[in-house]
Amino acid sequence: MLTKEEIIKIAHLSRLQLTEEEITKHQNELSGVFDFFEMLEEVDTDGVEPTSQVTGLEDALRKDVVLKYKGDLLECSPQNKIGTQISVPNVF
Amino acid sequence: MTIPTTIAQAKKMLETKEITALDLTNLFIQRIEKFDAGENGIGAYTETCFDIARKQAEKLDASGDFSKPLAGIPYSLKDVVSKKGMKNTAGSKILENYIAPHDATVAKKLEDSGAILLGKVNTDEFTMGSSCENSAIQKTVNPWNYSKVPGGSSGGGSSSVAKYLGLFSIGTDTGGSIRQPANFCGISGLKVSYGRVSRSGIISYASSFDSIGPLAPTVDCCARVLEIIAGHDEKDATTPEIEVSQYSSVTSSDEKTLAGKKIGVIKEFTEAEGLDAEIKKSFEKSIETAKKLGAEIVEISLPLTKYAIPTYYLLVKAEASTNLARYDGIRFGSTSECENLDEQYLKTRSEFFGEEVKRAIMMGTYTLSAGYFDAYYLKACKVRTLIKQEYDSAFEKVDALIAPVSPFSAFNIGEKIDDPLTMYLADIFTVTANLAGICGLSIPTEKVNDMPSGVQILGKAFTEETILEIGNVLEKEFGFTDVREGEMV
Repeated sequence: MLTKEEIIKIAHLSRLQLTEEEITKHQNELSGVFDFFEMLEEVDTDGVEPTSQVTGLEDALRKDVVLKYKGDLLECSPQNKIGTQISVPNVF
Repeated sequence: MTIPTTIAQAKKMLETKEITALDLTNLFIQRIEKFDAGENGIGAYTETCFDIARKQAEKLDASGDFSKPLAGIPYSLKDVVSKKGMKNTAGSKILENYIAPHDATVAKKLEDSGAILLGKVNTDEFTMGSSCENSAIQKTVNPWNYSKVPGGSSGGGSSSVAKYLGLFSIGTDTGGSIRQPANFCGISGLKVSYGRVSRSGIISYASSFDSIGPLAPTVDCCARVLEIIAGHDEKDATTPEIEVSQYSSVTSSDEKTLAGKKIGVIKEFTEAEGLDAEIKKSFEKSIETAKKLGAEIVEISLPLTKYAIPTYYLLVKAEASTNLARYDGIRFGSTSECENLDEQYLKTRSEFFGEEVKRAIMMGTYTLSAGYFDAYYLKACKVRTLIKQEYDSAFEKVDALIAPVSPFSAFNIGEKIDDPLTMYLADIFTVTANLAGICGLSIPTEKVNDMPSGVQILGKAFTEETILEIGNVLEKEFGFTDVREGEMV
C-alpha cells in the first residue's frame, strides 16, 4: 500500500495539486494497480536487454540544414507577449 | 440521392461525373447536421470546416480532374492530429483553445491526395481511454445504440464512420484505440506497424507505442488511405525507409479464398478470463470460417500474454508522464493566473487535466522516480523484449494471427468509468501489438449481444499487405457491410 506521504511526494514531482479526497482516491487506486503489477517479478529477465523502441533503427541522421518554419508558435502560448518573447510569472 | 458507402464507390461516381464533388461534400455535411449535431446527435465532430470543404470541392469540380487517388473523398481527423488553423484539443480542457500552427504530415499528405476534410472528431483526453468518456470536450455515443459507448479512444472516428458521416477517419492506436472503437461500431480499423506512418504533428501519448491509421467502412478503404499516408518522413526519425506497397491491389479483388495462408490462434487469448461467452462463440465461428475458406489454422501459445497488461501500462504511463510535462501553462492552451512560476504549473495542471490523465501522470512519475525506476520501468522494458521475441517466433510459424478485439461488446455509458483496473484489463487483446510494434486490422463480422462484433488479424511488422488481404477476404465472407448499410444509411 502506498502511503499518504508517498502520494503527496509523487503529486509534487508531477506538479499536481491534490485535495485530501483526491489523495485518498489516488492512494487506493494506485495501490490496487501496483499490487497487480507486482506479478512482473515472476518473469526471469536476467541478461535480457531492455526494449525502449521497436524499429531497430539506430542513429537516424539527417543533414544539418535549417528549415524555415512558417507557423506562428508564439500564438500558441496563452501568456502575454513582449515582442517575440513570452512574459511569464516570477520564478520565485 | 443515396450516399456512396465506400471510397471506391465515391471515386467511381466522381470520375464518371455521376455526382459533383460539391454535391458529394454537401451530402455528407447534411448527414453530419442531421445525425451528429445537437443534443440528440452522436456528438462525434468537435469542430467542422464545411466552408473550406465546399471550396475545395468546387475547385475540384472546376478543374474536372479527379485523377488524384482520394480526390473529393470526405474524411475527418481525430482531434490530436494537427490541421493548421483548426483547434487540436486532444479532448482536454488544457488544450481547449489551442489552435494548431501547422499540418501534421498525415494531414498534409491527405490534402495532397485530394481528400476533403470535414472536421475534427472526438477522443478520450490525450487518447487515454477506451470509451471516449474521458473526453473533456463532449460526449460521443455509439450510433448503433445511443446508450452505449462508441469505444475509444478514437470513438469520434468510429461512430462517425459507422454512421457514414465521412468515408474515413484518421485515428491513433497506442494500445487498441483504433481497433477497439472500430470493433464497437462495426467498421474496419487498421493499427499500422510502429513507424509505418509518421507521427509528426500528432499529439503524443506514449511515443514508443503510438501509431497512426485509418478507421473506414471497409478493409479496401483502409488500404486506399494507407497507401497515401504510409512512408518515411524526415520529420519523424522513427519511420524506416521501407517501400510503401499499393495496398489496395490486394483488397480490390473479389476472390474469396485463404488457401495457402497459415493463421495462428493464440491459446492464451481464447482462454482469457472475462471473455464474454457469446463473443467467444462468435470468435470460434470466425476461425471455422477462415478454415472453410482454405486457411490452415495453427494453435500458438504465447505464455507471456498474462504479463502484457502490467508491462504495457507501466511503460505507457511512464512515457505519458514525460510527454505531458510540456503542458505547463506557458507554451500551450489554458493557464491559471498566478504569482510565481511553480504555482502556475501546479494550478494549470491541476485545474485543466482530467482524472485519467492525472492518474497516468502520477503512475508514470512514480515508476520513473528514484528508487523505483529499476523495479518498474526497466523491468517492464525487459519484459517487453521477451514479449516481442515471443511474437517474432510466432510469426516464423504463421503468416498472421486471428484474435478477438475486446472481451465484451460496447458497454453502457457510465458503466465502467469508475474502475481503472477493470478498464485496463479489458485491453488484453490489443496491447500486445503495440508492445511488439506489429500491425493489426480490426474487421466486423456479425452482431453479438445486439451490437457489432468482429475479429482482428495481427501481422508481423511491416506486413500490412498480408493482414489487409486476409481481412478483406474474411470481411467479404461475413458481409457485415450490408448489415451496416441497412441500419446506418
